[in-house]
Amino acid sequence: MVDLVAKSPGAGVLPVTVGALTLAEVDLGHLTSIAPYVGQEEAASTALKSAHGMAFPAPNRTTGKEGARAIWFGRGMALLAGPAPDAALMTPAALTDQSDAWACVALTGEGAENALARLVPVDLRAVHFKRGHTVRSLIMHMNGSITRIGADSFLILVFRSMVGTLVHDLKQAMEGVAARG
Amino acid sequence: MRLTCPICGERDRREFYYQGDAVALRRPAPDAGDDPWADYVHLRDNPAGETRDLWQHDGGCGAWVVVTRNTVTHEVLATVLAEDAARARS
Amino acid sequence: MRIEGKGLIDRSKPVRFQFDDIGHTAYAGDTVASALLAKGQRLMGRSFKYHRPRGVLTAGSEEPNALLTVGRGAAQEPNVRATMQEVYDGLEARSQNAWPSLKTDLMGINDLAWPFLGAGFYYKTFMWPRGFWERFYEPIIRRAAGLGGLSGQNNPDKYERAYAFCNLLVIGAGPAGLMAALVAGRAGADVILVDEDSRMGGRLNAETYEIDGMQGHAWAEAVVAELQSMDNVRLMTRTTVTGAYDQGTYAALERVNTHRRLRPDGAPLETFWRIATKRAILAAGALERPIAFENNDRPGIMTAGAVRAYLNRWGVSPGQRVAVFGNNDDAHRTATDLAAAGVEVAALIDSRPDVQVSDASFPVLAGAMVTGSTGRLGLTSVMVKTANSERQIDVDCLAMSGGWNPTVHLTCHMNGRPTWREDIASFVPTPGSVLGLVSAGACNGDFSTADCLAAGAEAAKAALKELGQKAPRASLPKADNTPYALSPLWAVPGKGRAWLDFQNDVTVKDVKQAATENFRSVEHMKRYTTQGMATDQGKNSNVAALAILADATGRGIPETGTTTFRPPYTPVSIAAMGAGAQGAGFAPQRLTTSHAISIEMGAPMIEAGLWYRPSYFPRKGETTWRQSCDREVGYVREAVGVCDVSTLGKIDIQGPGAAALLDFVYTNMFSTLKVGRVRYGLMLREDGHVMDDGTTARLGKHHFVMTTTTAAAGNVMRHLEFVHQALMPDLDVRFTSVTEQWAQFAVAGPKSRALLNELLETPVDDDNWPFMACGAVTVTVAGVAGRLFRISFSGEHAYEVAVPARYGESLFKLLVARAESMGGGAYGMEALNVLRIEKGHITHAEIHGRTTAFDIGFGRMISAKKDCIGKTMAAREGMIDPEREQLVGFKPINAKKELTAGAHVFNQRDEATRVNDQGYVTSVGFSPTLGHFIGMGFVKRGSERMGETLRIVDQMRDLETDVEICSPVFFDPEGGRTRG
Repeated sequence: MVDLVAKSPGAGVLPVTVGALTLAEVDLGHLTSIAPYVGQEEAASTALKSAHGMAFPAPNRTTGKEGARAIWFGRGMALLAGPAPDAALMTPAALTDQSDAWACVALTGEGAENALARLVPVDLRAVHFKRGHTVRSLIMHMNGSITRIGADSFLILVFRSMVGTLVHDLKQAMEGVAARG
Repeated sequence: MRLTCPICGERDRREFYYQGDAVALRRPAPDAGDDPWADYVHLRDNPAGETRDLWQHDGGCGAWVVVTRNTVTHEVLATVLAEDAARARS
Repeated sequence: MRIEGKGLIDRSKPVRFQFDDIGHTAYAGDTVASALLAKGQRLMGRSFKYHRPRGVLTAGSEEPNALLTVGRGAAQEPNVRATMQEVYDGLEARSQNAWPSLKTDLMGINDLAWPFLGAGFYYKTFMWPRGFWERFYEPIIRRAAGLGGLSGQNNPDKYERAYAFCNLLVIGAGPAGLMAALVAGRAGADVILVDEDSRMGGRLNAETYEIDGMQGHAWAEAVVAELQSMDNVRLMTRTTVTGAYDQGTYAALERVNTHRRLRPDGAPLETFWRIATKRAILAAGALERPIAFENNDRPGIMTAGAVRAYLNRWGVSPGQRVAVFGNNDDAHRTATDLAAAGVEVAALIDSRPDVQVSDASFPVLAGAMVTGSTGRLGLTSVMVKTANSERQIDVDCLAMSGGWNPTVHLTCHMNGRPTWREDIASFVPTPGSVLGLVSAGACNGDFSTADCLAAGAEAAKAALKELGQKAPRASLPKADNTPYALSPLWAVPGKGRAWLDFQNDVTVKDVKQAATENFRSVEHMKRYTTQGMATDQGKNSNVAALAILADATGRGIPETGTTTFRPPYTPVSIAAMGAGAQGAGFAPQRLTTSHAISIEMGAPMIEAGLWYRPSYFPRKGETTWRQSCDREVGYVREAVGVCDVSTLGKIDIQGPGAAALLDFVYTNMFSTLKVGRVRYGLMLREDGHVMDDGTTARLGKHHFVMTTTTAAAGNVMRHLEFVHQALMPDLDVRFTSVTEQWAQFAVAGPKSRALLNELLETPVDDDNWPFMACGAVTVTVAGVAGRLFRISFSGEHAYEVAVPARYGESLFKLLVARAESMGGGAYGMEALNVLRIEKGHITHAEIHGRTTAFDIGFGRMISAKKDCIGKTMAAREGMIDPEREQLVGFKPINAKKELTAGAHVFNQRDEATRVNDQGYVTSVGFSPTLGHFIGMGFVKRGSERMGETLRIVDQMRDLETDVEICSPVFFDPEGGRTRG
């Protein structure tokens, strides 16, 4: 029997460091979209809590912590990042494996929000967008998910196939920030 | 231009895809006849003033939104989820 | 000349720069305009049409005359205003629109021909002969007229776009703006204060007023320092707000590095900001207007406020002997300031007869007007007419003031019209013109410093209240409160040319002529004369021009109205607006997991939507793509081929309502599909035309995976969301795209099963995997859980195998290697296309948005048992008219002949004209299997015309071929090969 070799989306293009900012790939573990069925929001949240320790997140919010996070991911959907989903979740919600669908990167360093301000049309300043807050928005031309995971740190998800463009666009923005001093 | 997505909050218009008149919510019965169907698919008003149209928060949560706005004053008067508007009709 | 002890420049920091290849020394803080004036250089440019010598008119962004080209080579920037360009060491600036030199411009001959070149001259003069316009007249006019030129090379400078957010945007940092920002900042509001100057303070930097006993500029500096210390206030200098848009969105252009020679790596030249705010205060100040009189455009004649600005801010007197000409009290300040600085003031000429100036140390001529001037390359004297005499006064500078126009532009960007105020003979903003924006200070017609400060504070308090924040109690600083009095004077009566629009060379005569020729509407006058249509958009001249039009047409100014002010307020480079979207930033590039390997194999890539897919995989010895393509087709027909099909849209659909959703969006039935089976589906738009097609697999009772075409994946997803949310919101179904999750490969050809069985844990055969079977987790591909679908686009015994994307590259390598060992290999888009044409399979070349299910021969796929999107409209008479163009195949009569897509079809004896058109060719390819070209396309009543010979004509490529109409299925019409 032959073996298939796994390759991460960012292999060969990440990490990138410009000035005080670093863009690096992160391994979030399993990624599963959870979409509760009609009237099953409560049940899905309960199942999520008992199986993985976090409630179903409200819009623009995350629940859980590093290693096992539920990221609000759009209308009626959350993305469970970390553990493989418990089978109990399958009754109240549609589960879809997305572990390989997203390129997951962290942008870290002083001025990270200034770099994102060059690409994302949402106010990500710390006063309004605190740790644990998340948005579905655009990163230049790409649809993506942006979560603040620290004072100067953001988790960014875009389609796997677009990781090259993400690195290109973010690198430009990081250079712009670095050049301002 | 900024629109308030009922789910995500106020967002830049570039996150939204513009569809057209919210008449699209009022799909006639299959046997309604030619006129209602022609109205539904083809005929559109072009009001100077209040208008209701459908936008999708494509670059955001994916929700379809009914936006009531004024084409003269540029005011956005209301935004509701298309699913809520659809339920309210039935 | 420099005036010792005056100005806010840093005399300890000399700066060397070049103008027209001559070196100059200036000081840090100078602009090119102030530095050249300090050297006594008044001539800075040539005018657009008549090539008249021109000097600087203003000291701000409204400058019409002193336009420069900055830099050299690819990075050169044309039409930079000398008044805005800060000097730096090594700056190279050149004058424009003059040849061979600024002093000796041969095109100055235009000025002698002026009687023939008035308003509308080209409409009248260049009418005959007809063909001459494009070939002769226009190129000559373009060469003679114009501004600076582009380098013609790729711009190497970096530009940037960015977003900013606040609750209160304050536009302009003069006394009103600073006061507004201070009040709001102290209240803790989220404020952005923007100013286009390098130094905040506005007119306070250009005047000698005091505020709270401090020099105005010192007060401004103190306020700016306080604002800088606040976390809640962001200051943006060198930033012009260029447009007001819906819901508190403003555009602003920041000149990040136009004042530096050396920039850090990656630093942008300019940044284009989009600022979203809840409230805005416009404190943009006012622009002074010139007075029209004969030859009022000579270098050395400038606005009175500009003369004060050069004196007080830059320590420069623009002349040795200066006259001041105005119709208002404000102009008097120029004479007073100059005299106080020791500059000789030859006369203060005020058009108002009853004016008195106490303690004047210079001659005051009340009720007098300047009627003309002398000096070819620079002013030497002005003619002054009083009630009873006329005299010539020798001066090298004239400071003129026709009053001030509030900068109302932004309040008009959303269709607002300004309101005429008789007392100040100016337009002021109409409140409510831009929702959420209020005007304060000089831009609102408040001209004293005290009024500006009070208005700024008031506007801030009102905004704070609306934002739900408490305003702190604050006392207003003490400041000058001299009232502003004027009596309108637009143009001094006279015979010669009196200039209104300096940048487009429009005179009072031109406007009057427009009125005479019945271009009486202000919008018509503007277009006929080009008044206000240059890059400065008539900031200095529009109001005077329409006052003259009003007079010429016997109407009042309010009835005459203004032209429309549109964004941008000042020119914005396209490079800034489109920053980041060039080259690789133009659109996202979607790369498949097999991309790198395909490139290594030498495959040229073609774009399919945002995706990049291999065209073909060349082999050694092959010289044309056709050789590669033919070989790859052979792999699939004779052995086994491998192709990456991951780019097709894949949508995971789950829930008790999944089957009902599919039944509603597809014309055919999916609720009857068995688990473990795949079905081809056709999707219509609501208007009855075909939207997309693809296969959908049923993985479980409530679990389907839909495939879409690569091109329509996004549209189909949006369509499904629409149908679910807007038409059947209570249907219990959930879906999400899984396109990116799976790497999927077609394995096609007679040896496909043999290849797969080497990799699959449980081998497949015709019994457990018949045609159109599918399976999910039960399939283990080389130890990885995957999915297998027995479907075929090529018409061969074929499968599509999918694994999680992380294994995509590895599986592709493996499949290709195995295929090669079996006499096959990888195939690209070209071969895929030929294979599907041989089988008569459609793509978006056929379902291009104007074809119906009936046209493509799929009329019977619209199920009679249920409703579906598009069903009602597809049944309309016209949509199933037998006269419609229907899908057919084409074979050349002469087997050696080529077919081309896009060619049109005609009856053999008919002329190839539109009325004789019988249809068109959509797809073609050379079939190595059949040994000749084959094609697909649409022909009127096509299904009835099998065997008929028609002619296809490709007028673009000049090709003509006789073809036989045939079934679009050229190969294995019974489908025996597919079923294995």
